[in-house]
Amino acid sequence: MHPAPSVIFFSVFSGLGFGLLFWLGLGWPSPTGVVAFVFFAIAYLLAVGGLIASTFHLGRPERALKAFTQWKTSWLSREAICAVAALLLMAIYGAGAVFLDENWRVIGVLGGVLSLGTVFTTSMIYTQLKTIPRWHSPLTPLNFLSLSIAGGALLAGQVTWALWLIVIAGGVQLATWIIGDRRFTASGTTLATATQLGQIGSVRAFEPPHTGTNYLLREFVYVIGRKHAFKLRVIALLLMTILPVILLLIPFSHVAGGLAVLAHVAGVLTARWLFFAQAEHVVGLYYGKR
Amino acid sequence: MTELPQITQKKLGLVIDLDTCVGCHACVISCKGWNTENYGAPLSDQDAYGAAPSGTFLNRVHSYEVQPDTGPAQLVHFPKSCLHCEDAPCVTVCPTGASYKRKEDGIVLVNETDCIGCGLCAWACPYGARELDQAAGVMKKCTLCVDRIYNDNLPEEDRIPACVRTCPSGARHFGDLGDPDSDVSQLVTARGGVDLMPEQGTKPVNKYLPPRPKDQMPEIDVLAPFLAPIDQEPKGFLGWLDRTLDRL
Amino acid sequence: MTHKQPVLDLSPPVSDEIRKTTCYMCACRCGINVHMKTNADGDMRVAYIEGNRDHPINKGVLCAKGSAGIMQHNAPARLRKPLKRVGERGSGEFEEIEWDEALEIATDWLAPLRADAPEKLAFFTGRDQSQSFTSFWAQNFGTPNYAAHGGFCSVNMAAAGIYTMGGAFWEFGQPDWDHTKLFMLFGVAEDHDSNPIKMGIGKIKARGARVIGVNPIRTGYNAVADDWVGITPGTDGLFILSMIHCLMKAGRMDLDYLARFTDAPVLVNGDPASPEFGLFLRDADGKQQVICRKTGTLTAFDKPGVRPDLSATHVAEGITHRPVFHQMAEKYLSDDYAPEAVAERCGIPATRIRAIAAEIARVAFDEAFELDQEWTDFRGDVHKTMTGRPVSFHAMRGISAHANGFQTCRALHTLQIILGTVEVPGGFRFKPPYPKPATAHPKPHCGVTPDQPLDGPHLGFVQGPEDLALKADGSPVRIDKAFTWENPMSAHGLMHMVISNAHSGDPYKIDTLFMYMANMSWNSSMNTGGVMRMLTDKNDSGDYVIPRIIYSDAYSSEMVAFADLILPDTTYLERHDCISLLDRPICEADAAADAIRWPVVEPDRDVRGFQSVLCDLGARLGLPGFVDDTGAQKYADYADYITSHERRPGIGPLAGFRGEDGNQAGRGAPNPDQLKRYIENGGFFTHHIPDAALYYKPWNTAYQDWAVETGIYDTPQPYLFSLYIEPLRRFQLAAEGHGDRQPPDHLRDRIKHTMSPLPIWYETDQDGNEGFNITALTQRPMAMYHSWGSQNAWLRQIHGHNPLYLPTKLMRKNGLQDGDWARVTSPHGEIKVPVLEMAALNENTVWTWNAIGKRKGAWALDDAAPEATKGFLLNHLIHELLPPKGDGLRWSNSDPITGQAAWFDLKVRIEKTAPLIQSEPVTPNQNSPAPAAPKNLAWKSR
Repeated sequence: MHPAPSVIFFSVFSGLGFGLLFWLGLGWPSPTGVVAFVFFAIAYLLAVGGLIASTFHLGRPERALKAFTQWKTSWLSREAICAVAALLLMAIYGAGAVFLDENWRVIGVLGGVLSLGTVFTTSMIYTQLKTIPRWHSPLTPLNFLSLSIAGGALLAGQVTWALWLIVIAGGVQLATWIIGDRRFTASGTTLATATQLGQIGSVRAFEPPHTGTNYLLREFVYVIGRKHAFKLRVIALLLMTILPVILLLIPFSHVAGGLAVLAHVAGVLTARWLFFAQAEHVVGLYYGKR
Repeated sequence: MTELPQITQKKLGLVIDLDTCVGCHACVISCKGWNTENYGAPLSDQDAYGAAPSGTFLNRVHSYEVQPDTGPAQLVHFPKSCLHCEDAPCVTVCPTGASYKRKEDGIVLVNETDCIGCGLCAWACPYGARELDQAAGVMKKCTLCVDRIYNDNLPEEDRIPACVRTCPSGARHFGDLGDPDSDVSQLVTARGGVDLMPEQGTKPVNKYLPPRPKDQMPEIDVLAPFLAPIDQEPKGFLGWLDRTLDRL
Repeated sequence: MTHKQPVLDLSPPVSDEIRKTTCYMCACRCGINVHMKTNADGDMRVAYIEGNRDHPINKGVLCAKGSAGIMQHNAPARLRKPLKRVGERGSGEFEEIEWDEALEIATDWLAPLRADAPEKLAFFTGRDQSQSFTSFWAQNFGTPNYAAHGGFCSVNMAAAGIYTMGGAFWEFGQPDWDHTKLFMLFGVAEDHDSNPIKMGIGKIKARGARVIGVNPIRTGYNAVADDWVGITPGTDGLFILSMIHCLMKAGRMDLDYLARFTDAPVLVNGDPASPEFGLFLRDADGKQQVICRKTGTLTAFDKPGVRPDLSATHVAEGITHRPVFHQMAEKYLSDDYAPEAVAERCGIPATRIRAIAAEIARVAFDEAFELDQEWTDFRGDVHKTMTGRPVSFHAMRGISAHANGFQTCRALHTLQIILGTVEVPGGFRFKPPYPKPATAHPKPHCGVTPDQPLDGPHLGFVQGPEDLALKADGSPVRIDKAFTWENPMSAHGLMHMVISNAHSGDPYKIDTLFMYMANMSWNSSMNTGGVMRMLTDKNDSGDYVIPRIIYSDAYSSEMVAFADLILPDTTYLERHDCISLLDRPICEADAAADAIRWPVVEPDRDVRGFQSVLCDLGARLGLPGFVDDTGAQKYADYADYITSHERRPGIGPLAGFRGEDGNQAGRGAPNPDQLKRYIENGGFFTHHIPDAALYYKPWNTAYQDWAVETGIYDTPQPYLFSLYIEPLRRFQLAAEGHGDRQPPDHLRDRIKHTMSPLPIWYETDQDGNEGFNITALTQRPMAMYHSWGSQNAWLRQIHGHNPLYLPTKLMRKNGLQDGDWARVTSPHGEIKVPVLEMAALNENTVWTWNAIGKRKGAWALDDAAPEATKGFLLNHLIHELLPPKGDGLRWSNSDPITGQAAWFDLKVRIEKTAPLIQSEPVTPNQNSPAPAAPKNLAWKSR
């Protein structure tokens, strides 16, 4: 899949933002006043900024409101509704914290759960796609949720939680890669099933329909070398998990904390880039691209 | 709209004969022409005269080489457009309801005024049947020429998809695949029509007729009687000729 | 579950008007419905193009090119105004001028030539579909130097067919798609008659009939063939003759058919000492003579009741005359043609050759059938039924474009004839005005008189040395050396030799080269780089060696850059044309038919249809056919010519709606409303052949009478198929020393060897090919055939660049992988190109799509267009002359009989090379006289 920056930024930053909102909603921490304002501002910048980034890949962003209508079947619609509900509830909760020094726990917990729900619905947009076997796995929501919660904990300053959760998220990430690598083959979809010509013999793509490129190739066929991908995985894991863990284990300082956040975010961005770049859509088979 | 109808009155679709398609791309361009001028936004072309021309096409003809265990390699031309699946994953993922499957005939369409161009339906389609038009920003796909097949402004014989009407070798057939007695259903039965990527569970309506077995000409032993020599010598030939001419 | 869906308008208006005309995207000439819409400004615009269901050629279907016509019609590469060259030739620097000035320049150049030396004008018209008109113009001008592109296209096929059986494939005839049970296709044939053949293949596939493809490349029609024979290029003739060997040896021939309808029983002089050795025994009227098997007497072949004997010989004046069939038996029963003897050269196992021959025999004879239709032959014999032999064949450029192509095509027709499958149900059928034997065609004319028309039509069918176009000193009359000892039967001329000969002044220098629709500086020439040099070459005094070049084209092609004066043509939707029975009509086997083009839209540029320009120019030059008695312009434009011109009294360019009331077919006075009637009728006219006349046309009295009535013939002319071509023998006799007109000595052996009156196979000249063992072929993709197409925004997306396809073995041998680059070398040159693997390919053959590669700056494409960067031409490797042999002579790279350009004899060598971003050689770019093309398209007519 084409690793579109808009979608990478959206999913990483909104994941972090909603992850932070989750922790804020649960009351870990429960700041009030200016401190609460700063926390909520960061959370909203990330979550809303991510959502805005996601509209950049729309062909007709001015119609984006229509996306709220199909919650019965569409995960994208559910995500939109969940996100708005979460943001609304957390806005009420945040207003209480910033302006009234109140932490309305019920609203907070509900908002926090919806925040995580948003991340879950986001992940389900990818998970539901049978056409991309690497994503079509329970590991995808686990991957998104674990990263969101861990990143949220980090931003929320829940160092102990963050330590454990980052390690868990790293483990889930590793599993996602290793198992994901086998998903396409396991799906059973091949050029032979795509063309149904396998009964005759071994099938090879000959001339493509057009000599130039097209939307499908640009969107779905992205070739990344195996060696290159391996290096990026190592870098992603180093940045996402190992470096933050080291930084959190050394005596606490704001600089180290900040660096941990930066490293983690950079790592998640790298991993998310790979999430797209390494995802193979079955349509590539028709073009002999696998 | 994003929900699929539980049942459609008809299952209109195409039957594509891979034994007959010569790969001429007539259907590709006929489709481009009709759908540029008709349903919804025109099918645009970017960098049309430049280094990387790339336009929206709703139907494209691939080609594949197949190497059997014995005998020479074969070349198969393979037209591909929307298969109007019964369980169309492209419909249910749509967040706006722009994508829908018609309950009357099962045609999968995009209501372009509702489309936000998120591309998710194209992601969900295993067949590459949907292309986001770069000029209009909306998703384009085969409409099975819904604006032709019921169109009172066209003569009755022309109420078929443009690709079917134009196909010179008659490799494309249109009809109701939900009716077991229809010509297309009969053809599918007779020729062992198949679904593409059945494991994806999309239940495509369009069927593909596989190429007939090739390079199967009997060995000379079977055909030998047809070439039994009349005589070994040229002189003998003339003798045979005289005898034969006498019988004429 | 709930389901909602919007309300759709299922009956939107389709268009405001449908205008029916004829496609010109290739040479197929399908009927098209042009849907027009009026936009907000009140302008009628082309909205959509589809096939015309009523049209005899395409019956509603339309290929990719046809449907993409709207992009051709609106292409940014369209020329807009007459152009006068201001820069150096080849640079593409022009200034726009008015038509008056353009026509004055042309007149000033041409008038003095006509007055003094008409041959100094060479007028060649490329992809012209109005040859009966352009040749009429050239004839009236008086130059002998006229032809269209047949010489570098498929003249071998056309000439072999006409000489052998009075018609070839494509526009001459077609398989009986409704009855055939075995269809065998030789060589690349996707090129001509494309939609009818696709429709035919579809028809027979639907019946489950068998298709056999003989082609080194398994693409297109060969991809759907049930059996594929990946033959060694250039050996088709040998393969066919071997099948003939098998069939004769097994007695699997239609002897009755051979005896009645062919020259197999005709007696041939068998005395080697006689000056008539090998010629037919004729009676006082010149009629071929046979022995009647019933009476045992010598008689003209066509006498009522005669039963020609295939076997009997005849002794007269001490000379034994033997029937042609004896010679055939002697020749083809020889072990030289046994499958085992040819298998290796053809690359086909002997068992396979036998199997195919057996299958052909099985279907022809064991699946024969009768049509319940009585008919009477020219001897008066009444046949109760028509016997079907359901085997049919087709071939085109593939077997044609070799230096042994003429004889190969002859071999194929011989195979058809001995099976009795020509003009019978299930076999091959002629389309009017064919059948028409070579003797019924004109002979070539070359009588040049200053200020006078030529003494007759330029092109034709020679019957012997006396018909060659030679001057008294034996030198060629024509600039292309057509109808000379080098290529005596060059029925279509040799357009591919014109520039080369004009440049070298051999046989003489010309002044003005005038061309139409022919991309001779690029894909239509061999030796493209060389031709560009010839066109730009200057002599010592700084003048161009070819002094003047006038060119007419609708688009900014590569050739435009090399002309001094450009006469911009219209698009095919803006013009009048007639697809005439006098020319190359659109008939089907069941009907005579012709068609028109008419301006369904008016040009929005200052351009004129080329034929209308010729009407104007012809009048300015005072050409007899183009001025009336007062000296004024006779035809206001081409439309006027189409309606009012009469070739013979009552016979004009169009056969339909003749006579004052417009109700006469074929013959009749000119009808001023004729074009209107054609338009009302959908742009075409058909005239059906009666049922009793549908088969056996050359011998069927019902057909012959119908053809006379229709104006196709003036009198019935039944004839025998020529298994044995006497004119070929006449040239051999001359080479053996007989007669007044003698070939130059260096050509004697070649003439004796190649001009066999019975089909033979010979290896093409391989001198200089040492070390070059791989055959390199080209074909045009179906989506672009016969149209160059790169200016078409839709089609160029399908074929924007062309790889060289290599068979798996050669890929492995050279360590190549898909996307690698290779250096391809021929005895003449080298190119560097990207390669791709193809398994379904003869293991010693490489190929590419032709004419995808474009020169930078042409066709209004961006300089970085893939056509101009990755695209390439194989033409750079092919020379119009063969490599020097050391005999001081340069031999032409063409068929020694017809002069057909031998494109497919190219032999190359391949090596891996470092990857490039630009294929080589690189031609510097040309300036474009067309305005810059738009970046994006989102077409909607309103």
